[in-house]
Amino acid sequence: MTTRNFGAPIRRNEDKRLLTGQALFVDDVELPGMVYAAFLRSNVAHAAIRSIDVAAARGRDGVVAVYTAADLGAYWAPGPLLVPPPPIAGIVFNPRTQVPLAKDKVRHVGEPLAVVLAQSRYLAEDALADIVVELDPLPAVVDLEAALTDAAARVHDDVSGNVAAHVRQTRGNYAAARARADHVISRRFNYEHGASSPIETRGIVANWDARANHLTVWDTTQAPVFFRNGLAAMLGLSERQVRVIAPFVGGGFGPKIMLFYPEEVVIPWAAKQLNRPVKWIEDRLEHFFATTHERGQTHDAEIALTRDGRILGIKDTFLQDTGAYNPYGLTVPINSQCTLLGPYVVPSYDSTFTAVFTTKPIVTPYRGAGRQHGVFVMERLLDIAARELKLDRAEIRRRNFIPPDAFPYNNEIIYQDFAPLSYDSGNYGLVLDKALDMIGYDRFLKEEQPRLRAQGRHVGIGIACYVEGTGIGPYEGAKVQVQASGKVNLATGIGTQGQGHFTSFAQIVADQLGVEVADVDVVTGDTDQFYWGAGTFASRGAVVAGNAVNEAAKVVRQKILKLAAEHFECAEEDLEVANGQVSVVGIPGQAVSLGALALKANPMRGAVRPGTEPGLESTQYFGPPGGATASGAHAMIVEIDPQTFTLQVRKYVVVHDCGTVINPLILAGQIHGGVAQGIGNAFYEQLVFDDEGQLLNASLADYLLPTALEVPHMEIGHTVTPSPLNPLGIKGAGEAGAIPVGPLFAQAIEDALELPQRRIELNEIPLSPNRLFELTTKPR
Amino acid sequence: MKPAPFRYVAAASLEQALQWKAAYGEEARFLAGGQSLVPTMNFRLTQPALLIDINPLTACAGVSKNGAQSVRIGALTRYRSLERDAATARDLPLVHEALPHIAHPQIRNRGTIGGNLAHADPASEMPAIVLALAGRLRAQSVRGERWIGAAEFFKGALSTALEPDEMLTEVELPAAAARSGACFMEVARRRGDFAIIGVACTVELDAAGSCREARIGLCNAGDGPVFAEKASASLKGRKIGAAEIDEAAALVQGDIDPGGNVHASKAYQRHIAGVLTARALKTANERAQRGH
Amino acid sequence: MSGRSVATDANGAAETHEVAVTVNGEPYRRRVEARLLLSDFLRHDLALAGTHVGCEHGVCGACTIIFDGAAVRSCLMFAAQADGHAILTVEGLAADREHLHPLQEAMRECHGLQCGYCTPGILMTMKAFLDETPAPDEAQIREALSGNLCRCTGYQHIVEAMQLAAQQLRT
Repeated sequence: MTTRNFGAPIRRNEDKRLLTGQALFVDDVELPGMVYAAFLRSNVAHAAIRSIDVAAARGRDGVVAVYTAADLGAYWAPGPLLVPPPPIAGIVFNPRTQVPLAKDKVRHVGEPLAVVLAQSRYLAEDALADIVVELDPLPAVVDLEAALTDAAARVHDDVSGNVAAHVRQTRGNYAAARARADHVISRRFNYEHGASSPIETRGIVANWDARANHLTVWDTTQAPVFFRNGLAAMLGLSERQVRVIAPFVGGGFGPKIMLFYPEEVVIPWAAKQLNRPVKWIEDRLEHFFATTHERGQTHDAEIALTRDGRILGIKDTFLQDTGAYNPYGLTVPINSQCTLLGPYVVPSYDSTFTAVFTTKPIVTPYRGAGRQHGVFVMERLLDIAARELKLDRAEIRRRNFIPPDAFPYNNEIIYQDFAPLSYDSGNYGLVLDKALDMIGYDRFLKEEQPRLRAQGRHVGIGIACYVEGTGIGPYEGAKVQVQASGKVNLATGIGTQGQGHFTSFAQIVADQLGVEVADVDVVTGDTDQFYWGAGTFASRGAVVAGNAVNEAAKVVRQKILKLAAEHFECAEEDLEVANGQVSVVGIPGQAVSLGALALKANPMRGAVRPGTEPGLESTQYFGPPGGATASGAHAMIVEIDPQTFTLQVRKYVVVHDCGTVINPLILAGQIHGGVAQGIGNAFYEQLVFDDEGQLLNASLADYLLPTALEVPHMEIGHTVTPSPLNPLGIKGAGEAGAIPVGPLFAQAIEDALELPQRRIELNEIPLSPNRLFELTTKPR
Repeated sequence: MKPAPFRYVAAASLEQALQWKAAYGEEARFLAGGQSLVPTMNFRLTQPALLIDINPLTACAGVSKNGAQSVRIGALTRYRSLERDAATARDLPLVHEALPHIAHPQIRNRGTIGGNLAHADPASEMPAIVLALAGRLRAQSVRGERWIGAAEFFKGALSTALEPDEMLTEVELPAAAARSGACFMEVARRRGDFAIIGVACTVELDAAGSCREARIGLCNAGDGPVFAEKASASLKGRKIGAAEIDEAAALVQGDIDPGGNVHASKAYQRHIAGVLTARALKTANERAQRGH
Repeated sequence: MSGRSVATDANGAAETHEVAVTVNGEPYRRRVEARLLLSDFLRHDLALAGTHVGCEHGVCGACTIIFDGAAVRSCLMFAAQADGHAILTVEGLAADREHLHPLQEAMRECHGLQCGYCTPGILMTMKAFLDETPAPDEAQIREALSGNLCRCTGYQHIVEAMQLAAQQLRT
């Protein structure tokens, strides 16, 4: 097999449809008789529900139905716990999951109280104003430390102290490490990550066909198979009666893998009730409340070091805002806990977190999924240590890197995939050195910075390193089939939200089967086309589904060779599979097209012998033994206006190691996009809640996504340490760009404004010109 | 986010538009560019009973000189037209310099200067400029017409002196004098966002090179656009140097009453007001000395 | 405010307005309710779903179309306003099914789209921009792009695509 497509910057198969407006997104689904939903949402963060009167709404012209929790009857139930707690000793875990429509209590602004179904979304919104709700407000629970006290209201009446979870993981002996240390640094860090804000909000269309006894659902989900399974169970249907289609999805980033959102539970039920297709499209205002966020953590962290900067141990205690419910378990804080260790040797580690219920929207993973928070703490501790021990920032990192011969490297503590955190391969020194070289680190510090400073300009440089646990199980599957036309079909259970699966997976198949990438038709996200799978999350699509695709394609290749060998009456070794046909090496004219072979494999006469299958088709699965650890380093030069504190990025470098690369163009796009979100997270985006749990900036005018003027040109470099955990050697890359940008900004801005000399440290994210002003101005 | 129901009429003439407005009063809103109005309608923060679409009234758009001293801009003039207008660039340098800061090209393709002024968002650039330039605004109704001075026109946040039956049809601004310089600057989180603070200033010099008049206006510095009276007065009759500029900048900080918002504390706004005033005055002064 | 009913005429019937509009060179004639947003009209009444909706408050730019030759936010206009006007949407960019517009070709060549949701708005914005500024530098391209939000690409490949498209359009 020749790898001429694998590793090549092949242009995407899916682009023509997207570029001409011919790609189907959920809101493009139009069905006869469709009704449109609008949800009435709580405008207070915490309240007991005294009554909901929908009579007037029901009476409005154009309204087809109005439902509250009471109308759902036995169907009403809290959603399932999607991710159970990991097997960690001593864990405290209080699962409380969201409900389809609020009953008795509302726990965050935006929680749905009722749903109106009408002839148009316009009319449905009109009817919302007819619904009379009587709420008895309760005190909001917003601040994490306050939430844990006795004085705080209980978000869940039976959960004291609003403790959603308490987890401690240790390695080695921190107390002993601290006692031995030459230098100990303690700090408090605050890290907030925001709202994913894909340009396409969520949406769902449900069509119940009573005569066919079948439900079709189009949903902007990243996990169509899991959604199909759960929905079927909820509705008392067999999985075979339910088809979930995640068509083109306009950006996922994590919150679209949260499942059994209230709307996802209510809309299909309503479709069954009404025997009419029902559509709900989330508007942008709703999105700020109805779709999950990632939010904040407060860390009290301590690092114990030798005088030459070697880490002896780290102790970290942190609080995690989990929102009103915790259906996604502990993925985010476990990721923080684990990813804090980074590419470094940390002989002793004592990490404890408390996840706290608050009266704010639910927190579930968003690109980075808690890794940002951990990376911020470690990178900042190292920066402070470098300063206090008078070491260069790059040098202190080098001294602590896990050496390249130490893999697989076992960090012992439990990761989000419930297995001990083990790094499969890596060469962190190489990554850092490359980044330093690309940014011109030494030259900047020795020449450029002093020169520009002499001109009165404030420029600074930042570097940050990280690892990213990717490609975790459980598994994915793929089905490859050669058609009579000679084209190849590929179906897999995951969905696509822009990552280019229609192309990258086609490249893998094209190489195995000797066809053009454009001749491989890929279907993702349709549960009728592929039954099994988990979904796109944790940077696993390319790794897990990609390998499943490869396995399936390999088997089909074997079938092709076997059948062709029979056809030509020769040995398989004498055959070549290329250009859409199988030919006998050295004998021109002896060739058969794949299409013809496919026909031959599906006989109208003759038999399929026992132990064989018709056609040139195979379904294979891949489940990695553990996650593959990608790594990287970012470096950035910024200039700051010392009076306005506005900032400009002068240079931005990413060096990323994600093992072998399927499509470098697609990979670059993923990194660019991740960095852009990281920049948003570091300096522009912040969800601003007041003491009443009201979100003050619920619009794109005030929740600031970076534009083409805020995101700089980025230079990307690569190193390759293949993963030994999968045959293709791939590691994930989807989240990498977003992970280390916070500490990068903090470090670079400190450098630009020479803040450490003024005894000012930046130990929080997000930053902003306003915040920098506050931190650098003595209070009057 | 769909708007509540409303009646709609496309005005065939100014008279018709004014008649409809007289009939409905505050229950009717004029639809010009819609770039400020329609978002509030989509959020259902505004629910007019009647929208009077005045986009057909092309006679209400256009830039013309009124003698040598002043420029008249029709209320329906789109920002994009102003951007491309040579007279505006030459005679209204403050307007010209502010335009790229206003939202984005797609917004400026529809947004009109009249719509923006009548909307009177305290963070908007144009009200501050009109106030700084002491412009006049023409209001028409079925009862007649009147000219309103800028200081009287802007009453507060989203509030103007327009009566319920009146439409803003024109704004008149003084053309830049010889030996004057202007400068508009703002700090915003992203280009096109509302200014955290914006400063619009003009400096006119006399034959001796001293300041004959300086006018400093600010946006997002108070309940409406702010004219920094003390700071402006402080420069009159003096040769403007670094010390005078610093003094004016400090006075501006006392002249304003910023409200703070999710992006900026009052302290930061006040700080920026001082910083931008100093920078804008310096530039305006240099431009005045160069002769524009 | 609550209880407001559908805008009705003197007989109590829902008030509608005639819209005669040319879209991508084709004439259409429909009756619409006053409050129907132009974005919804294009997507659902005319079944031209290539124009996407991202925010309905004029910020994200996904709904950008070309209206009488100028790029505008279709979510900030009412369908009734389009009466007598001409609109170009993404469906009208390509010359025919076989041949993409150079802008579309360049976007594909440079991987300027990932999920594709913001893409139609960007294509229309940049068509209008390049029509007016045929030889832009990178700073001008970024500025022209700044009114369109993309959450996937980080803009870099879009910028490269625009540079390529500008070059192709000039030759």
